Parts: sequence; C-alpha cells; structure tokens
Amino acid sequence: MLSLTGISKSFGGLPVLQDVSLAINAGEVHALMGENGAGKSTLMKVVAGLHAPDGGAMRLKDAPYAPASPHAALLAGVAMIHQELMPIPDMTVGENILLGAEPCGPLGLVDRAAVRARARALLAELDCDLSPDVPMRTLSVGQTQVVEIAKALGREADVLLMDEPTAALSDHEASALFRAVARLRAKGVAVVYTTHKMDEVFRLADRITVLRDGRHVITAKAGELDQERLIAHMVGRPMSEIFPPRGKVSPEVVLEVSRLSREGRFKDVSFQIRKGEVLGLAGLMGAGRTEVASAVAGLEPAEAGEMRLHGRPFRPRDPGEAITAGVAMVTEDRKGQGIVPALPIRENITLSALGTLCNAGVIDHAAEAEAARSGMRDFSVRATGPEQPVGQLSGGNQQKVLLARALLNRPEVVVLDEPTRGIDVGAKAEIYALIRRLTDDGRAVLLVSSELPEVIALSHRLLVLRQGKVAAELDAATATQEEVLRHAMPL
Amino acid sequence: MNLRLDRSLLHRFGILLVLLAVGLGLSLATESFLTVSNLTNVARQVSINGILAVGVTFVLLTGGVDLSLGSVVALSGVVCATFAHPAADGHPLFLPIAAGLLTGAACGLLNGGLVTKGKVAPFIVTLGMMTVARGLALIVSGGRPVADMSERLTALAGDVGGVPIPLLFFVTVAVAAWIFLRRFRLGRHVYAVGGNEQAARAAGISVARVKLFVYVLCGLMAGLAGVVLAARITTGQPNAGVAYELDAIAAVVIGGTSLSGGIGSVAGTVLGVILIGVINNGLDLMSVSSYYQQVVKGVIIVGAVWLDRRQARG
Repeated sequence: MLSLTGISKSFGGLPVLQDVSLAINAGEVHALMGENGAGKSTLMKVVAGLHAPDGGAMRLKDAPYAPASPHAALLAGVAMIHQELMPIPDMTVGENILLGAEPCGPLGLVDRAAVRARARALLAELDCDLSPDVPMRTLSVGQTQVVEIAKALGREADVLLMDEPTAALSDHEASALFRAVARLRAKGVAVVYTTHKMDEVFRLADRITVLRDGRHVITAKAGELDQERLIAHMVGRPMSEIFPPRGKVSPEVVLEVSRLSREGRFKDVSFQIRKGEVLGLAGLMGAGRTEVASAVAGLEPAEAGEMRLHGRPFRPRDPGEAITAGVAMVTEDRKGQGIVPALPIRENITLSALGTLCNAGVIDHAAEAEAARSGMRDFSVRATGPEQPVGQLSGGNQQKVLLARALLNRPEVVVLDEPTRGIDVGAKAEIYALIRRLTDDGRAVLLVSSELPEVIALSHRLLVLRQGKVAAELDAATATQEEVLRHAMPL
Repeated sequence: MNLRLDRSLLHRFGILLVLLAVGLGLSLATESFLTVSNLTNVARQVSINGILAVGVTFVLLTGGVDLSLGSVVALSGVVCATFAHPAADGHPLFLPIAAGLLTGAACGLLNGGLVTKGKVAPFIVTLGMMTVARGLALIVSGGRPVADMSERLTALAGDVGGVPIPLLFFVTVAVAAWIFLRRFRLGRHVYAVGGNEQAARAAGISVARVKLFVYVLCGLMAGLAGVVLAARITTGQPNAGVAYELDAIAAVVIGGTSLSGGIGSVAGTVLGVILIGVINNGLDLMSVSSYYQQVVKGVIIVGAVWLDRRQARG
C-alpha cells in the first residue's frame, strides 16, 4: 500500500531520520515504536505531508507519492490523527466529522440532514452509537479520539496515521478504540500508529517497526517479539530491571482519609498511607482517581468526609493550603496544569517554594539559583541550563522539573497523577527510581496510574476505584492485572 | 538549543535598532530633531503614555487587558483638579494628588474585582469601565473643564534642573516596575499566572490575588497619569485621554509583550513607548499631516508585531 525508501530528514543540521525504509501493507496495523526523539512522529509527519523529506522516495498504491501539504496527502488518501487532538469544541460531533467536507445544497448551504446522516453512518462503521448532535465539548478524550477516526474514515483514507492515540485513554476507552481500529483493518485500511504502552502493542499490532536515533532497527511480526526484546531494540540495550523493588514501610500513618466525598465524582473513599509507603489508586478513566487525588491536594476540595495529616485535621481549600501543610501534587495534565512553558527551568522549579526563598517579598536570587541547581541535579533534568524555557524540554524532563518543584517544599505526602504518561522508557525508569527514593526518604506517596503493570509494581497497596467508590483494597505484592481489572469493571 | 532566548535578545535589540535607525534618519532629515529642547519635548510627551504603558504591562502579562485607561485618566484628572483650587491652597499638595491616585486605584479595584470575583472577561469589564469612568468624569465636572488649579499643582508639569518632572515620574515608575517584576515574588507570580494560569494555581499561587493586584496597579498608574495630565493642561478635562489605552497597549506590544500573557518586560515597554514618541515627534517635525500620522502609526504597530511573529516562527 505504502512504501518508503531511504527517507532522511534533518532539522537545523540535526539528522532526525536517516535512510529509513519501510513497507506498510493494506489491512494491517503497524506499530511504530521507539523512545522519544527516535523519529516516530517525524516519520509520520513526512508521510502526512507536514514535512518534506530531505532525501528518499515514497510510493502510495504503486504511484510516486510526494505530498506538498497535509491537504494533498488527504486527497491522496493519507490521513493523520495528531497526538494533541484538534476538535472544535462548540460544534457538534457531526459538524466536526464533516468539517471541510460538508455536503452542500445547490446554493452552497450546508445540508444539515445530510451531515447528520453521514456522520451517523461513519460512527456506526466504528461501532459507536454517539449522537452526531451532541456538542464536541461534552465528549471524553476517548470519544473525541473515535470522532477523529470517523473524520478520517469520512475522507476515505487508505492510510491512517495515529500518533499516540491511547496516551490519554483508560484501558476501557482504549478497548473501544481498538475495536474501531479492527474495523478499519477489516476494511483494508493500513493503520500506522505510535504508542508508549508495551502491552497494548502486542494486543493490537500485526507488525512492529522499531526506530532508534532516527534509524530503522527492525520490522517484525508482533508474534515474533516479546516485551523484553522490544524494549531491548528500543533502548539499544537489554533492560533487565525496569521497576525497582519496593521499599520498607514504617508503621507510622501519615495521611488518613475517611469517607471523603464529592457529589458526582467519588463517594465515601477512605484510606491511610504510611511513612515510606506507595498507595496505588487504580481504576478506569472516570472512576474518580484523579478527583480523589485532586481533593487530597486541594485542587478540587472534597465536599464531605475528613482528612488527617499526622493526626491533625487537614482540609485544604486550595493547592496553596495543601502545599503549606505538606501535601504536594504532580498533575497528570503536564501542559495544562503543570509547567509554565515560557518560564525557565529555574523559575518553574521554585514556583511553589518562592515563599521560603524570599526576604520580605524580595527573591533571594542566589538561594533560588542554588535551589534550582540542586533540583536539576537530584532529578537529573537534562537541559542546556537552568535558564532554558521549560517548553523546550522533552516530556520526561518536564516531568522531572515538576517533581523537583513538588519536592522543593519537602512535603510529607506526594500525590503523583500519571507520572509517566507520554514519556519514553528510559525516562520512566528514572521516575520509578525517584519514587523509590522518595519513600526511602520517609515520604508517603499516593500514585495514580492507568498503566496496570506500573501501578502494581510500584505500590505497596492498591486501592481500586469503581464509579467513584472503593471497590477493593489489594496487596500489590500478590495482585494481578486481571484481579485489578475485575474489580475496576463496572458491574 | 537556546534559540528562543537568543530570539528574545534579538527582538530586544531589534526594537533598539529600529529606534536608533529612526533617530538617525530624523537627525539627518531634520535639523531640529537632535536638539536638547526637542528631545526634552519628546520626553515630556511620552511620559504620560509611558506611565500608562508600564501599568498596563502588568495586566497584559497576566493575559488580561485594560481598555478603561483613557477614561480613568480623565476621571482622575477631573477629581484631582476639583481638589486643587487655589482657594484650598492652604491644603498640602498632597490632597489633590492623593484624590487623583485613589480614584484611579478605585477604578482598578472595581475592574479587578469583577474579573476575579465576577469571572467576567477583562475585555468586557474594562470596556464597561471605559464608559462608566468617562460618564463619571462628565458628571463630576458638570461637562465643563475644571479650571482654576493651584499653581503648586500645575508646577508638576514643569522642570527641575531642566528635566521635565513628568519624565521623572515615568522613569521612577518604570525602574520600580522593572525591579518589582524581576526581584519580587509577586512579580514572578504575575508571569506565572500569564504563562499558565492553571499551573500557577496548582503550584499554590492565589491567582485571584495576583490579578486583583495588577488591575489595581494599572488603575493607580492611570490615576497618576491623570494627575500629571491635569497639571500639564492646567485643567481637569472630562474629555481628555480618549484612546490613550490604545497607545499604551501598542507600546507594550511593540516592546515584545505577548497579548496572551506570560512573556514580556518593562524594558521592552519603555523602548516601545520611546519609539512611538519619537515617530510622532519626527512626523511632526517633518510637517506630516496628522491624518497621515495616524496611518503611519497604525502601520508601524502591525508591522512591528508581524516582524515579531515572523521571528518567533524562525
């Protein structure tokens, strides 16, 4: 269907893709794997007409293919779904699906009935019963993803490129996406996609291609690889140990939460976390994990129930109060609620702790610089220096900056919401080691993660939430993924 | 890797270069530009816009906007003049100045309160304040200029040792603001709120307090500008200051501050203020009709920002 020969691409003299050759078949799901910076996204953008390659050639359906723009690629039958979705929130699902291809009447007026019918047909092809009339803004990320696929389907794409389609999806939502992809495959569409989630590749992909440092490493049938060998290809060395062993827990209870509730979000959630302990919050998207974490950190205060920190009542009304009391959170929404991209690393790290670095409101620049330097060192932030704007860093390094910020106040409780979302394997391993170090320092960690292997391996105990309520409390040392999922699934 | 940093330097040098080029061109084209009396005159003329621009820099840095500046200038000027009759000359100079400043700050407080507590968009709130303050200025003054001001107050528009006093106000305000934004915690918080409001809140910053502060400060600067303007024209003019906010915002934007917040500096604003002032002055000296002057100014504003965006895209 699509063949690439010797594709090369450099940005500002820096080679990002070097001599990559690849053939994609009709009716296959082809996973592109590799660490961040391996060139996956760039390769996709070359195919989608966003970047012109510096060298090499492409053929689509046995004809030369050199799209000058995403629009030209679309006309040739290649559609791309970007990592950051771009829906128009105040238009309806139907309008979004047919955006730019609205069926029109004789006067150029949009034929609304036709829009609705066509959108419904496309969604039905994906086994999705979403109404075309609901506004886009009311959809979950997963549903938005499906709508984007329907949009590509509406353009009669032969090749569909998806960059990290499941990064923001829960397992449950991902399953719906996989069903849609399976439908596409059955229709003969070639689906190329990238992901950081290991277990999912083996569920979905027919073939896997690994890129490393802009070069093609291997293309193999999914059945011929296993997780360990795949990682070895990606990082260029075997990774014998991704997860550090669990640390020792002290009997001292740091945070005690009882019957915490917030209307429509979660109800009667109770738990304790001890010194040096990692409590994992598992559950499907929408089960209330982030909401519980946000309540503990004061982002969205609970309406009922009580919390005690070291036995003293703890009821933060905003994040500032929680931080002062010794509870810091690293958000799942790194771009939205985490980094201030235009500010340098130094200012991002010290943002929460400026109070301790000030005399009468005046920032002590020497103390601030030292705090930033040691934060960057402790969390091995890779950057040109403390003055580099955080927006320029990779996701993994941004995450480390946020961890450094949260830890600068020396909190007793650290709330980590999806700490490894969208970052590469190498950076994940570093974050895991950091979590272990936190607990060795005697901090209590509340960990929210959608990646089951991760949350099971890092936690001491697991709290499984289901529809806002605690469904089970499990010993993480003996818990299995199946067991967690069984408790997490709605009855 | 440090491309963005370099570009911002380039940008700052960029306006500086444009400013020098314009200055050089005017020195060659006219005999009167590069004279002490003309430059003093330019300094006097830019001072009021400069004070306003420094104030509104704070608001723009948080991603907000203040459209009420010109009207607040008029209202503060009228209030100041009302308290500045020579009959009250026994009173200290303090009273009319304080009244003017407080009027400005009160308008800012109302703006900030509605933005933070009322959650109304800054554009709407300050658009409303623009009309309200103008109306109040007309009500307080009865629609007529408030004349008969004490000479002690109008002396504020004069010189000390050959330096225009309004310029001293502008310089003081600019230096203080520059230090504040660079060295003070609250200054840092202004950038954080503009750079990413959600992240600032999650980091424990009281976003509402920061926003309230910038609007009050901006109003206070409008009050100061109103006092200085009243001193200069020796009356409280209810119709003064129309569209001053646009000149101030233009200067800030030319100075490299992003309208979406989080990026910018007082140094850039000062350069933007001077550039606009020098261009106005040059066009005057070259006897360009005031109709054309407006066209030229508009082209420069859009051109400067367009160049900036082109640079940003690389």
